Amino acid sequence: MPTELDLAPLWLSLQLASVTTVLLLLFATPLAWWLANTRARGRAVIEAMVALPLVLPPTVLGFYLLLVLGPHGALGAPWLQLTDTTLTFTFTGLVIASLLYSLPFVVQPLQNAFEALDRKPLEAAWCLRASPLDSFFSVVLPQAMRGYLTAAVLGFTHTLGEFGVVLMVGGNIPGETRVISIAIYDHVETLDYASAHWLAGILLVFTFIVLLVVYALDRHARVRVI
Amino acid sequence: MTRLIAQCDLKHSGFRLHARLDIPAQGITAVFGRSGSGKTTLLRCLAGLERSATGLISVNNKVWQESSTGIFIPVHQRAVGMVFQQPCLFSHMTVRANLNYGLTRTPLAERRMPWDQVIEILGIGALLERYPQHLSLGEQQRVSIGRAVLSNPCLLLMDEPLASLDAPRKDEILPFIKRLNREMNIPVVYVSHSVQEIVQLADTLVLVHEGQATVAGPIHEIFSRLGLHEYLGEATGAIIDAHVIAHEAEFDLTCLEFHGRRLYVPRQSLNVGDAVRVHILSRNVSLSLAPPQAPTSVLNIIEARVVEIGAAVPGKPAVEVKLDAGCPILATITRKSLHALALSPGQCVYASIKAASLQ
Amino acid sequence: MKLPVLLLLWFASPLLHAGEVKVAVAANFLNTLHILAPVFEKNTGHHLLISAGSTGKLYAQLHNGAPYDVFLAADDKHPALLEKEGLVMPGRRITYAVGRLVVWSGRSMPSQEGAQIFQQSGIRHIAIANPATAPYGRAAYQALNTMGLWHILKPRIVQGDDVGQVFQFVASANAQLGFLALAQVLNPKNTFSRDYWLVPEDLYDPIVQDMVLLKKAENNSAAYAFVVFMQAAQARTLIQQAGYKVK
Repeated sequence: MPTELDLAPLWLSLQLASVTTVLLLLFATPLAWWLANTRARGRAVIEAMVALPLVLPPTVLGFYLLLVLGPHGALGAPWLQLTDTTLTFTFTGLVIASLLYSLPFVVQPLQNAFEALDRKPLEAAWCLRASPLDSFFSVVLPQAMRGYLTAAVLGFTHTLGEFGVVLMVGGNIPGETRVISIAIYDHVETLDYASAHWLAGILLVFTFIVLLVVYALDRHARVRVI
Repeated sequence: MTRLIAQCDLKHSGFRLHARLDIPAQGITAVFGRSGSGKTTLLRCLAGLERSATGLISVNNKVWQESSTGIFIPVHQRAVGMVFQQPCLFSHMTVRANLNYGLTRTPLAERRMPWDQVIEILGIGALLERYPQHLSLGEQQRVSIGRAVLSNPCLLLMDEPLASLDAPRKDEILPFIKRLNREMNIPVVYVSHSVQEIVQLADTLVLVHEGQATVAGPIHEIFSRLGLHEYLGEATGAIIDAHVIAHEAEFDLTCLEFHGRRLYVPRQSLNVGDAVRVHILSRNVSLSLAPPQAPTSVLNIIEARVVEIGAAVPGKPAVEVKLDAGCPILATITRKSLHALALSPGQCVYASIKAASLQ
Repeated sequence: MKLPVLLLLWFASPLLHAGEVKVAVAANFLNTLHILAPVFEKNTGHHLLISAGSTGKLYAQLHNGAPYDVFLAADDKHPALLEKEGLVMPGRRITYAVGRLVVWSGRSMPSQEGAQIFQQSGIRHIAIANPATAPYGRAAYQALNTMGLWHILKPRIVQGDDVGQVFQFVASANAQLGFLALAQVLNPKNTFSRDYWLVPEDLYDPIVQDMVLLKKAENNSAAYAFVVFMQAAQARTLIQQAGYKVK
């Protein structure tokens, strides 16, 4: 390993992926539940919006985020008023970008899990004095565990691999927005192939191990994850 | 007097439920009807599982739902126990955890069910640490009954809970449901399409036919009403309360007595003096104007008085006749016989009932 | 016309018509090349295919066999490296422009301000191109360093991939100041303010922009024609007008 190899981008990426995954699991749960249960007409519209980051080039998302998160943007301006900091070129900005970017990877597995759930045990729980929230945690959540595992793994690894959006709104600031994919890109551009190899290799092995553990657990628990 | 009032309507995807019920909220109420008639939907409305139902539902003067005032008590606050057709156990919990699910959510002051006794009566003591996937369907259903009972409900709703059980287990659990009702004082609403179960269990009967749930009353009274053939079909026939006076072991018969009349039925495993309900299907009752002179194979010949003659329906050869033999008995005879015998109310007749046809 | 005939014409067109030159151009010169391209195409009948990026990225691509005929770099180091690696036609490394570094805010700036602009309030972010890969980024770093401002301003520095992105950061108001090539500000398509501060040339190493004809283009007469065109008076005048110095 090159002695000057900077591992900070790796830690930053892991941090970004962890924060994003936790927040997404929180936000995506009610959204996915609503999508799985509603018969409202707006459902298709919301579903299509959630799926957009799946198919849009990251540059489109990055371009709009640059405008929206900027100091005159719809999100950036009030944020600047409140905190006296900008959203672009900051870790917070990357978290917001990642929330959007990885949203479908978390919402869709959860929605699938909720849709596949047998509704009967839920009704049984209500008839056993469990409030809707109580029954969600005691009955739905344990039965949707597979979906949550899939959602967490996909959300985490997808955020870890994020590049295009970060390139457009990150500003390449060490310790703040220089995530591992950007660092690798820089190393390749400056022909520092040794560092590029190390970081890329670490990312590859790490991601592989995560997936391996999940698949192994999966077989053990006899549940399908991905 | 505590009442269960359900005056509600529900429409969805071509099905319509129209309930106008005001029945005692005590004892065992059987909901009887063909499959698809709306029995389950009625039960779901009572539980609060059908949010789109409109109208009034109140139990013991507590309003659970009233569309006009916008009241809707959510399911989990109604303290209803529900036993579904399918056991619906929580597959990620052991049997013990399943049983305790409702119990732990019951306020301490309302916990009155004796845990050990419930487990023992249901015969599930050996299953406690197992997971539902490893139980037979019958075992699962018993756990599910236990789970509902242990949630200490103020009203127990049961949707054909015995459909998945074999006959011996059914015979065990039926008395348990009765005891539950009598000893723990839990009113039970019990959906079934088995006449036999209903005759054994019910105090009150609700008839459901093509979404209409408007006919209800004490079970004896309903079963002795004329004109319910549409609802009851083959099951039309009066229920009488009798008690055992003797067994004739050599012929495998049991002799019962009701209102001073004797009735032979196939041998029952009961003791002399035990009370028993007998369902006399109207199609097994034939009438004659005088007691048979020649010896006859019919063991039960009961003197009765014609009370009422059912309306003739064009296209149908039979009519129902209501008799008074101390208690009501129904007979189905052809219109031709009615004409031949020239029956009219007040007339004295002799009803023949084949012993072998009685259960 | 029948389809086979059309297809034949399509495939034959490069033979029947003029040549094609694949040009890799550093981001700072892209707009200027767009001014030069029609003139070249009108003069010679050849056609230019333009790809833009940071000098470092384009170099890395060429190093790995990218199929460009001519490389217009933003410095002289990367072309020299290519020459050393034997990827360049001998004697075909030519300085075509010398870049001029400016600071731009996208808004009107009083011209007397000079280096004072960095002291203004409300400067949250200063955008520069990546010093590791983009010569204008390197020059910006040198200038700030020479002025003794680098360590003070470092927390506010954000990096774009190239000067093109620096322009975007400033234009979208995400950065209040940016270090760019003068040509980007003077570009006719720039709809924002054309006010700028010309960074004194003694603050940074000259941005000598070299072009090379790559060995891949050995048999491409159109590529030769383009190299000749770039050295002719007409092109030099246009390059100068666009915001560069020429040697």
